[in-house]
Amino acid sequence: MSNPSTDDFVRGLWRQNPVFVQLLGLCPALAVSNSAINSLTMGLATSFVLLASGLVISSIRSWVPADVRIVTYICIIASFVTCVDFTIKAISLELHKSLGAFISLIVVNCLILGRAESFASRNTPVRAVLDALGMGAGFTVSLLLIGSVREILGSGTLFGMAVLPAGFQTWTVMILPSGGFFVLALWLLIINRWQQAAERTGSPAAEGAGK
Amino acid sequence: MRKTLEIASSPHVASGASVELIMRNVVYALLPVVAFAVFAFGLAALLVILTATLACVGTEHACNRLAGRESTLGDGSVVITGLLYGLVLPPALPLWMVAVGGIFGVGVGKFLFGGLGANAFNPALVGRAFLQAAFPGAMTYWSPAFTPGRFSELPGSILTLPFAEPAFDAVTAATPLSALKFRDTGTEMADLALGLTSGSVGETCAVLILAGGVYLVARNMMNWRIPVAILATVALMSLVAGAVAPGAYPDPAFMLFSGGLMLGAVYMATDPVASPITNAGCWLYGLLIGALVVVIRFWGGMPEGVMYAILLANAVSPHIDNVIQPRVYGTAR
Repeated sequence: MSNPSTDDFVRGLWRQNPVFVQLLGLCPALAVSNSAINSLTMGLATSFVLLASGLVISSIRSWVPADVRIVTYICIIASFVTCVDFTIKAISLELHKSLGAFISLIVVNCLILGRAESFASRNTPVRAVLDALGMGAGFTVSLLLIGSVREILGSGTLFGMAVLPAGFQTWTVMILPSGGFFVLALWLLIINRWQQAAERTGSPAAEGAGK
Repeated sequence: MRKTLEIASSPHVASGASVELIMRNVVYALLPVVAFAVFAFGLAALLVILTATLACVGTEHACNRLAGRESTLGDGSVVITGLLYGLVLPPALPLWMVAVGGIFGVGVGKFLFGGLGANAFNPALVGRAFLQAAFPGAMTYWSPAFTPGRFSELPGSILTLPFAEPAFDAVTAATPLSALKFRDTGTEMADLALGLTSGSVGETCAVLILAGGVYLVARNMMNWRIPVAILATVALMSLVAGAVAPGAYPDPAFMLFSGGLMLGAVYMATDPVASPITNAGCWLYGLLIGALVVVIRFWGGMPEGVMYAILLANAVSPHIDNVIQPRVYGTAR
């Protein structure tokens, strides 16, 4: 078993970014990214669940029989999601309403189960925590990137503050679900081009991209 | 003399009809419609159609340059897309929105799918559908036709600065369909057929649109089965609806001559790329569009549904081609 390294953390931010490279967790990435605050809340909530469940799953990994591991993981993840659900409700009922069922649906976010199955259950708690932090940060940043564009174009605001001059024609389509697809596709286009260019010049950013 | 064995795949007999020739004829057929649009809505219509065409042509050129491909402007298809796209827009739409929709329609609706011959959807309608979703307010503002000053002054909204919210004139008109849906008032049949109503720039004059369609069919450049199937389905369904519940639904003639049905049936649904290949498939495709138009107009929240009906049928058309395959010559019946 290898030692913890900075790569455990950095990997999730860029090279294996959950949304833009692995295309995981697209359901919340498309559904609740209609404003920056929704994106940030969903990103942080998912990061917390990733972190906590990664730590617990990695700590008990030698005691969990392989046959029941998925059930065990889901139970652990669901417990933390319940905590997050109540916490958000306590902080802001309005936010809780606008995120709707998607908070409970963090349980079935493939990103979390994917990290539990492929990383936390095979590595030490320290590495699992680093990995969860990196993946969580990558997920949050991705959602913020999508959410900011959608909110600026769709409402003319960012985090509820007006950033565009009065009289700006808002693009209703951006806060509709279809806007999520357009903006996600746009970011994928930009990032893929960037990575292809990096691969051609052989810069280290491209190392292992797409694996 | 070079003596090599040349093996070519079918077709071996060419009629001489090229993409350029067909596209040129479609432009000829569209010219009366464009002329009437300018006559009815004045300078505004001219600007909208010009901007739409320029945006589409410019996008096609830019996309080809970006991809390092040869320019495909020569085949004329993008000019048709631009003209048709301009004809389905409201006459007072700000020009920057016209440009945005054109860029989206050609860039996303055509180029990302692989260019001419590969576009799954009619690019002109993709552009319009995007605008409808992005700027629903501006896309449902209808200025009246035949205003006295239409050749000397422009509607206030049309020259709005890019990305700014347009301020529409106080005088609005209702399209025949929205008048029926939201105010329950009908329109004179003669006005509908001759295009004396409000509506999208080029959709109002049914007679000229039909004449252009007849010209293309006579020159064998359009599959007549598609418009016939669409119009027949719409007429039949509204006839049946009228018989079942008298007075509750508009009569067949109103259904045929109002809104974008004529323009859609003749010029949009017949897009040779996005429609089925076989004749039987075209009948089925037309039937589907007609049925969707009636369903959306009668029971939908919007007054008009031709655009969505055609786009949905575009999506189905490859499946129609899969189901309806011509019998290969020489195989068992």
